Amino acid sequence: MNSKASILLVDDEEEFVTTLAERLEIRGFQPEAATSGQQAVELMENRHFDVMVLDVKMPGMSGLKVMEKARELRPDLPIILLTGHGSTDDGVQGMHQGAFDFLMKPLDIDELISKISEAIAENS
Amino acid sequence: MPETRTWRESVKKMRGQEDKKKNLPRRYKTLRRNITALMILVTIIPLTVMAVTSALQYQKNIKAERITPMQAIASKTAHSFELFMEERLSALHFIASSYSSEILSGQATLHRIFRILREEYGGYVDLGLINNEGRQVSYTGPYDLLNKDYSDQQWFHEARVRGVYLSDVFMGYRDLPHIALAVENLNEKGESWILRATMDTKKFRDLLSQVNLDPIRDAFIVNDEGVLQSDSRLYGKVLENCPLELPDSSSGTQVKEVTDPDGRNVVMIYSPLVKYDFGLVMVLPQTSIYKAWHSLKQEIFFVYIASVALIILVVFSSTHRLVKRIREADEKRETAFRELEYTQKLSSIGRLAAGVAHEINNPLSIINEKAGLMKDLVDHDMHHDKEKLMRSVNQVLNSVDRCRNITHRLLGFAKRIGVKYEVLDVNEVLRETLGFLEKEAHHRDLQIEFNLPEDLPRISSDRGQLQQVFLNILSNAFAAVDDGGRVVLSTFEHDENTVAVSIGDNGHGMSEETMSQIFEPFFTTKKGYGTGLGLPITYGIVNKLGGDIKVESKVGEGTVFTIFLPTQPPGDRDNEQ
Repeated sequence: MNSKASILLVDDEEEFVTTLAERLEIRGFQPEAATSGQQAVELMENRHFDVMVLDVKMPGMSGLKVMEKARELRPDLPIILLTGHGSTDDGVQGMHQGAFDFLMKPLDIDELISKISEAIAENS
Repeated sequence: MPETRTWRESVKKMRGQEDKKKNLPRRYKTLRRNITALMILVTIIPLTVMAVTSALQYQKNIKAERITPMQAIASKTAHSFELFMEERLSALHFIASSYSSEILSGQATLHRIFRILREEYGGYVDLGLINNEGRQVSYTGPYDLLNKDYSDQQWFHEARVRGVYLSDVFMGYRDLPHIALAVENLNEKGESWILRATMDTKKFRDLLSQVNLDPIRDAFIVNDEGVLQSDSRLYGKVLENCPLELPDSSSGTQVKEVTDPDGRNVVMIYSPLVKYDFGLVMVLPQTSIYKAWHSLKQEIFFVYIASVALIILVVFSSTHRLVKRIREADEKRETAFRELEYTQKLSSIGRLAAGVAHEINNPLSIINEKAGLMKDLVDHDMHHDKEKLMRSVNQVLNSVDRCRNITHRLLGFAKRIGVKYEVLDVNEVLRETLGFLEKEAHHRDLQIEFNLPEDLPRISSDRGQLQQVFLNILSNAFAAVDDGGRVVLSTFEHDENTVAVSIGDNGHGMSEETMSQIFEPFFTTKKGYGTGLGLPITYGIVNKLGGDIKVESKVGEGTVFTIFLPTQPPGDRDNEQ
């Protein structure tokens, strides 16, 4: 049921985000990679996404700012935050601001897919 | 204008501690040498002055004590001689005044007077009357001198001119020393006549024998020409020339230390007779005078040497103990400072840990995803796409490289504090250190401006220590600026021996009061997370590396830290100088 779900992946590490997109694609998702908050906002304005996977720490527009913008554009968009180890505070703060959940990098792909599925299921 | 304050003003106490850490053995050797020299000087100089002064004073006193009585004896004896001469001349005067020349011309009368004279005074050998033509008109004595003509003799004329005459000692007819006396008088016609007497010098020996009681002394009479008028025990018989150089007879009794022609060191006391052309000479060996002094001098010298030896022993021993204690105290303080430094280092590492963890997390995430992708390709039977696989493998390797760089930097930072000099490019170390904070700069949109000339001279310094210095100051700069703030890194050649690194920010700046305390341990403006050790430790390291730090700051405008680093290690420069 999750196949073809469109997912917006936002992270300033291009290699990370494109590889993750590739892996999700292999698993039947329709991922879209953005390497900055600004790019993510532009994509959200133009397309529909079922879930957004968003890195908290990014130069320029930070993850939390992107989340605020997403709340304006797509209040129902479930957002899964990505944080580094030792930065759980950021994840917790994000959840207070309405994030669906947060995961710590490096990611376990199965866990991510599980969270994505949960988010889509909850939102539908 | 920004206020400028060098760290020297802020951390005088710490500087004292740090200086002590340099060149420990040599520094303590110099300290010990200086204290020893100073203590020896301040004790031995007064001791020496006191010993010399006392010795000279003793010498003076002993000399006075021994010579003054001798001087008195010499003066007294000379005076006795004078009295003797006076008396003999007075007797002649009395006779010449009491009797007329006519009476004295009578042989019988003259003989009778001569006999009384001999009985009363003794020593008279003959007596004669000489008329104004120089002829002896009456004579009584052992020789046949009646009618002898004295008109061509010197004494006759001298007696006529002076009215009185006293001869030097001469050898008489029996080869015995004699002395002649003559007084002039006038008869009723106004014609002069002379009464002349000859005396032996036995009385001289009697007078001198009182002085010559002590066998080590020699006393004798000399005339103005230095001819002996009495026998000398050491310097010859009567009428021989006295070999000693006599002092001027007009200056009263005099004392001279001389070496006589036989090489004897003697003290000569010369007492001239005031009215007559004679002088009394008393000679004493110097050893008899200075015997007590030499003995005392030896004792003083022994006490002096013993005191000096004792002082040197005590000074060496106490200085050794003192310097040892100073050194121990310095070492304890150094150990405490090192511990503090290490604690701060651990604190710095802790502060870095979050940033580094995030930095390492990113390549790890890439490795994770790339490895996951390769697994996915295999699982989904898509592994035939070799190019895709290789790209993933390369990216895994690249990410591993990134991790390795980070761990290398960390390892360099975590090395022990001891200084290890190597030739360095300061620009490279600065860039490398900035690598720790690159991510933070990136995330906070900080503008990092570089002004790092390629031709900057290389310096000999410690890479790890410099990294810590730069990291501490860069961390402060980053903390001082808001997001989007500016940090400017510059390096330049300050002078031919110094390279400077300037780290400026446009942050909050510091008040003068804050600036005065920034190098003091445990002072912090970062309430809650600052240790207050960053800048003191930074100071300590820069000082250890032989450098200096200057701070300029103004509230609301920013701060510039300038670190001056020597191109050569401090020890090398000292050696060159």
